[in-house]
Amino acid sequence: MRVLAAMSGGVDSAVAAARAAEAGHEVTGVHMALSSNPQSYRTGARGCCTLEDSRDARRAADVIGIPFYVWDLAERFDRDVVADFVAEYAAGRTPNPCLRCNEKIKFAALLDRALALGFDAVCTGHYARLEDGVLRRGVDEGKDQSYVLAVCTPEQLAHAMFPLGDTTKADIRREAERRGLRVADKPDSHDICFISDGDTRAFLAERLGTAPGPIVDTSGEVVGEHQGAYAYTVGQRKGLRIGHPAPDGRPRYVLDISPVDNTVTVGPREALDVDEIVGERPVWLAPPLTGPRDCHVQLRAHGEVYECTAEPDGDRVRIRLRRPARGVAKGQAAVLYDGDRVIGSATIALTTRVPA
Amino acid sequence: MTYLDHAATTPMLPEAVEAMTAELGRLGNPSSLHAVGRRARRIVEESREIIAGAFDARPSEVIFTGGGTEADNLAVKGIFWARRAADPARVRVLAGAVEHHAVLDAVQWLADHEGAQVEWIPVDGLGRVDPAAVREMIGPGGGDDIALITVMWANNEVGTVQPVAELAALAREHGIPFHTDAVQAAAQLPVAFAGSGAHALTLSGHKLGGPLGVGVLLLAKGTDPVPVLHGGGQERDVRSGTLDTPAIAGLAAAVEITASRWEEQARSLSALRDELIARVMAAVPDAVLNGDPVHRLPGNAHLSFPGCEGDALLMLLDARGIECSTGSACSAGVAQPSHVLLAMGAGPERARGSLRFSLGHTSTEADVAALAEAIGPVVERARRAGLS
Repeated sequence: MRVLAAMSGGVDSAVAAARAAEAGHEVTGVHMALSSNPQSYRTGARGCCTLEDSRDARRAADVIGIPFYVWDLAERFDRDVVADFVAEYAAGRTPNPCLRCNEKIKFAALLDRALALGFDAVCTGHYARLEDGVLRRGVDEGKDQSYVLAVCTPEQLAHAMFPLGDTTKADIRREAERRGLRVADKPDSHDICFISDGDTRAFLAERLGTAPGPIVDTSGEVVGEHQGAYAYTVGQRKGLRIGHPAPDGRPRYVLDISPVDNTVTVGPREALDVDEIVGERPVWLAPPLTGPRDCHVQLRAHGEVYECTAEPDGDRVRIRLRRPARGVAKGQAAVLYDGDRVIGSATIALTTRVPA
Repeated sequence: MTYLDHAATTPMLPEAVEAMTAELGRLGNPSSLHAVGRRARRIVEESREIIAGAFDARPSEVIFTGGGTEADNLAVKGIFWARRAADPARVRVLAGAVEHHAVLDAVQWLADHEGAQVEWIPVDGLGRVDPAAVREMIGPGGGDDIALITVMWANNEVGTVQPVAELAALAREHGIPFHTDAVQAAAQLPVAFAGSGAHALTLSGHKLGGPLGVGVLLLAKGTDPVPVLHGGGQERDVRSGTLDTPAIAGLAAAVEITASRWEEQARSLSALRDELIARVMAAVPDAVLNGDPVHRLPGNAHLSFPGCEGDALLMLLDARGIECSTGSACSAGVAQPSHVLLAMGAGPERARGSLRFSLGHTSTEADVAALAEAIGPVVERARRAGLS
């Protein structure tokens, strides 16, 4: 096959490209430039869109012996990932930009261009297994990335290749070393690649401005003031800056963010518990559900897995948990699993609390 | 492999390789006074004489540098500094809008850090500078406030050849130093320093069959830039640093051969280039030739392919063993629309969908045939991928 290997400059995508080439595919490496002015996003070795990363990717491609190009996807990234990220926060939800990037950039903008140019597949360094259209967790439980890939449709995955799913990260690092890929000891990327200093709140404030509003408790009493509801995430405890303690002296958590009246509601930890979730815009990898199904659900990246019953409800999916989950944020994905196999995913639109 | 990127770099002539490798095994700092130093100095000075002879210059006007970029920086910054030192009010710089980045960015640096007032000389749709416009820019004051005028001999992207002698005469009329970057021109066209009237002229070794890492600034007597590199005072105290005898020997060998066949090669390359353009246009009828169809580097064919991304075309041709260039500046690995095409009035789309094919001394009919065969399907494929 003619394979386009997306190369971030990190160790995973470098080994993925090397494995694809070794398997006999005709591989071309492409680094996606996600900011037309690389300095405006992350500076440093951890992100995914710096000059240094581009050079690292090029060096890895040279070692593997494959052609290498930089493709400018900055406009698409800015529109479909960064702007979406900001808009989602503004709407009181908590988006996952890595997931959005897979859905809109790697397996859409990049894949479409690759297919148009005569490639058959896009290869990435994600830790997930993909065989005959079946997406499974990667064998390295700590690194598994099936959660951020579950948003991809079967059509998208039909042109995807994840050569690392059967290996642990530690082994990939050793393999990179053995292959002479100098990125072997490069630190893992984490956080959000386009927020250079990791300060999400400041990033959002710069784009959304300040919008002071009340922080209230569950009784409606105003307990503090915020500078913009978008800066909060359901389940958050730190940084609430509430002047006086709760009557019972226990810590308070963000329970709800309401952009309509610009209000952040806080309350005790138990009030975070939810046992029913409504997901919208479901994507099915296995055949779509026609009735209730017992399975597992994961509600955030690297998050806990809950037993549940999932049931279609029009164009939505209703997920009832066997035991409550805590701190479920709207805007994240609910990914349904059968064992290690992905059934489908949906965006969390509503959560229902266990009656106190 | 079909190499159509001679404007990026061209194969070293065998005679240049021979001259250079012979020197690599020999000892001697040309500045030393003893026998091995004298031997090396002889090589350097004979090379200087050959280069001067080829380019209609005096040996004392040949300043060896580490390449074209360094020579451009020395000319632009050094002449600006010297002229401003003589008269602090003299801070205007007139520079062509389509200069190579070695001039463009040096000039911009002067504006950003040295208080230069830069005025970019516009070009027409074919990339030509109009001497009448330059006369107007000099203004009624006679241009005593102008430190330098710099306009390239021939454009590296679209191949347009500028009216350098006219521009130099205009500058001389007003007592303003005139610099020209002849890096591309010298490989393919007769370049006469004295005949052109320029005060400073840039040459590069590897563009004309010589080695990488060596260049020349031809500097007329009386034009004394402030040095960029300070040190041992070599090269008229203008460019310090131990002279690179092997590279200089290789450069002289390449210059001697190149200059001996300028006219013959210009004829044969022009014919091959015209055939290339005709065959590409036959395969892709809506392709657009950029640059001046007449006043043009013999080896240059620069074409826009509507609806295509230059990067995609380049990749698809590369996959078929055809090597060319998008001719757009590559900063941060991300292709930016070419400042040359934008200055010529092209929209960003035309600027992005363009390729430069450049022929040189090893180019053959077979190269043109290979491109003619590949370009149709490649453009069709790139169009499907569109401009997104």
